[in-house]
Amino acid sequence: MNSLVIAGLLLVLLGLAYQSGWSRSRGLSTANGVKVHSRPQYHGSYVAIWTLVPALIIIALWAWLGDGITHNFIVSQIPVETVQSLDQVGLNATIARIRSLATGYGVAGEILPYEQTAGDALRSFQFITFLIVVVAAAVAGIVALLYARGRITARLRARNAVERVINIALLACSAVAILTTVGIVASLVSEAYKFFTFIHPLDFFFGTVWNPSFSSTGGAAHGQYGLLPLLVGTLMITLIAMLVAVPVGLMAAIYLSQYAHHSFRAVAKPIIEILAGIPTIVFGFFALVTVGPFLRDFGSLVGLDIKATSALTAGIVMGIMIIPFVSSLSDDILNQVPRTLRDGAYGLGATKSETIRNVLLPAALPGIVGAFLLAVSRAVGETMIVVLAAGNSPVLRGNPFEPVATITVSIVNQLTGDSDFAGPQSLVAFALGLTLFVITLCLNVFALYIVRRFREQYE
Amino acid sequence: MTDMLSTGQQASIDRTRLIRAGLRKRHLSENIFKGLGLAAIILALGFVALLFVDIVRKGVPAFTQSNLHLAITYDPAILKIDPPPVRAAGQSDADFQAANLKWQRDLAMLNWNKVIEASLRAAAPAGLEIDAKALLSIAETDARHVVREMFVANPSLLGQTVEVELLASANAVNWIRGNIDRSLGDAQQQLSASARTLIDEFVANGTITNGFAWSIFTNVDSRSAPASAGLLGAFVGTLWMMLIVIVLAVPIGVASAIYLEEFAPKSRITDFIEVNINNLAAVPSIVFGLLGAAAFINYMHLPISAPIVGGLVLTLMTLPTIIIATRGALLGVSPALRQAALGMGASKTQMVFHHVLPVTFPSILTATILGVAHALGETAPLLLIGMKAFVAAVPATPLDQATALPVQIYLWQGNENRNFFEPRTAAAIMVLLLVMICLNGVAIYLRSRLEKRA
Repeated sequence: MNSLVIAGLLLVLLGLAYQSGWSRSRGLSTANGVKVHSRPQYHGSYVAIWTLVPALIIIALWAWLGDGITHNFIVSQIPVETVQSLDQVGLNATIARIRSLATGYGVAGEILPYEQTAGDALRSFQFITFLIVVVAAAVAGIVALLYARGRITARLRARNAVERVINIALLACSAVAILTTVGIVASLVSEAYKFFTFIHPLDFFFGTVWNPSFSSTGGAAHGQYGLLPLLVGTLMITLIAMLVAVPVGLMAAIYLSQYAHHSFRAVAKPIIEILAGIPTIVFGFFALVTVGPFLRDFGSLVGLDIKATSALTAGIVMGIMIIPFVSSLSDDILNQVPRTLRDGAYGLGATKSETIRNVLLPAALPGIVGAFLLAVSRAVGETMIVVLAAGNSPVLRGNPFEPVATITVSIVNQLTGDSDFAGPQSLVAFALGLTLFVITLCLNVFALYIVRRFREQYE
Repeated sequence: MTDMLSTGQQASIDRTRLIRAGLRKRHLSENIFKGLGLAAIILALGFVALLFVDIVRKGVPAFTQSNLHLAITYDPAILKIDPPPVRAAGQSDADFQAANLKWQRDLAMLNWNKVIEASLRAAAPAGLEIDAKALLSIAETDARHVVREMFVANPSLLGQTVEVELLASANAVNWIRGNIDRSLGDAQQQLSASARTLIDEFVANGTITNGFAWSIFTNVDSRSAPASAGLLGAFVGTLWMMLIVIVLAVPIGVASAIYLEEFAPKSRITDFIEVNINNLAAVPSIVFGLLGAAAFINYMHLPISAPIVGGLVLTLMTLPTIIIATRGALLGVSPALRQAALGMGASKTQMVFHHVLPVTFPSILTATILGVAHALGETAPLLLIGMKAFVAAVPATPLDQATALPVQIYLWQGNENRNFFEPRTAAAIMVLLLVMICLNGVAIYLRSRLEKRA
């Protein structure tokens, strides 16, 4: 309701200001034949900006400070002796009761007389302050409107002013990306730092036992948080995934870019890329209900003890997921190798496969390595397939047929969203996240560097 | 004859033979290499086919539900209830509301299971020994709510008999479809032997029939009544999040791409921003979930498991995609267009907004739809901001508790009633994939249409 009123007010102000600036500008150009610097819509926008900014500032100030003022008002309404008799929690509960009395929803239990009066007072206070804010915003807007309107002359460079505002808005938008990175780093580092006040970093990075105890008693018993079992699990699954994705993806890219008829390529390439668009949870389900049982049955057929949820299951399905990633990156890279190299090889009588193996691949090698590193980084950060199909068994072992746990799985298990960030049990998620972030960042930066160097080489 | 040839000719023949042999070997390896490439393609295409066939094969059965046709008698002997309150003259609104509420509370206290049990017993063949628990295990547990709601809507039903279509229970469905091994002994079966016999009887005489499972689309998630669990709540939650992503990510993404590509001075700072965006695009999605948990929930105290937090996290995740695509599109606009605009006296801002941006519209639209499609399937970050809580309501605003389609899939695949929920999870995946295919189709269609016009 309140936000609707405010939105309506702002819209009315906006329309009014634009219209007023626009008509003023038209008046200028028709009245005395002077050449007007800017076109009418710029004058309109100029006045609109002048009008909206003060109104917005007042509303923003209220949104920022209003809560504190209301809080103080409620406290002033509660009898002093009651305030003194209550501790912080009790006071907050009383304030919450008064607030909900003021909204008219009512509260549970008996309503004390002072609560009722405070609630009534709060209701009228809220109404009056809301009115004041709306009126103040409107007045400020209208004053600014009149001022800006008065400034409109034929020589006013309204377009330049409006364009400057647009420029600033664009800059603010591109700052969002930076802010995101800053936010990621800041939240990971600060929460991870809190975690390291509980657990020594050495115990975390070089510990071989992962056993977070969920005892809520606190004290010394935090459990053990060794990263190594998770790291080994992550690397094992990544390795299996790359063993699947690299040969298939690379050979598919070579066939599509060098051998395939272009009509075949036009059909096959999008179909393979469908794999890249499928949500990872779908791959996870596929791994859990189809690939896992199949591998287990296959294992028992050949006498291997393969668990249904294992590093192998998750790794193979993750490999399938990464195939289009490897193949389209490699395809791009292969196409960037200059034709002259290939033609030279053909001229010497080399067959197509000899050209590819001895000329094309060595020339494209740095780029392809970069592509592989990007694929590795994606595999390391992949979550849902592993959550569903890797079995979540954080034990340090090297057998791919057994269940494992990875960094991402442990993040999901430790941070379920409904826990507070008080203990190391949930804070460890941020230390793991930081580790993951650093690993993938290094891989990405290195890979992008290699790919860029490769591109420059042939430009 | 051979000794008549000169040594030179002999050498030439030898060399030809050698080359022939070598060529045969080289062509063989050529064919092997080519074959390997083809095999890789076939393998990749096979994986796509296998995935889809597997999901569809598992999911299609879940789109049919087993309906139980029963004649329900609202027997006054079981339902001992006064007639609903009638508004007396002069009665205040609040008093009438209170009386009405009391009546509904009384209704809820009645033994509706008894009504269902009676009608099941009436439908069962005479002489079948079956106890009340086994009888009730055939109908889904929400049956009593359905029957009660009908009575609330029409209190004159008391004493009458009506034909009602109820859902068969999840365990009954498992038994009918053979999701559970029929040859297992009594101990491993969820249903008692008498209930299983009666179900077979019902299927034979048409009391239980199959119909299209509209409940998947019209119901919210349910734990107590799995057969009635649907996707509506998750679907609306996803819709809210996608709305937030579109409203925030598109303007911000396009604006920052315009700034970086058209206005920003080439300096170390813009270089840094560029590297930063490229890296952000490759940050694992789960890290965005950590950011959401720490910044939006823990620091800003936004509500937990609400679509607004999910939408914000997915917005930040989608931004780099949109920025990179828009920059690519802007870069592709011909310089002639720019120079013509500038030559006609347009300012730089006018040139960008009036002439360059409209040309890139198809690419931006496509990138947006693809980015949204990607965000639609994202699960991991949503788990971290608490969206895996069980929510049995349609979120009315973005601030309400909600879940999302991919998270619903995650929740269903983890349900204990595996036999029933495995097909249902596959069905939910089919719905999700259908939405994504539609989005991608729209993107391709719009792109081809707009590019033709441009």
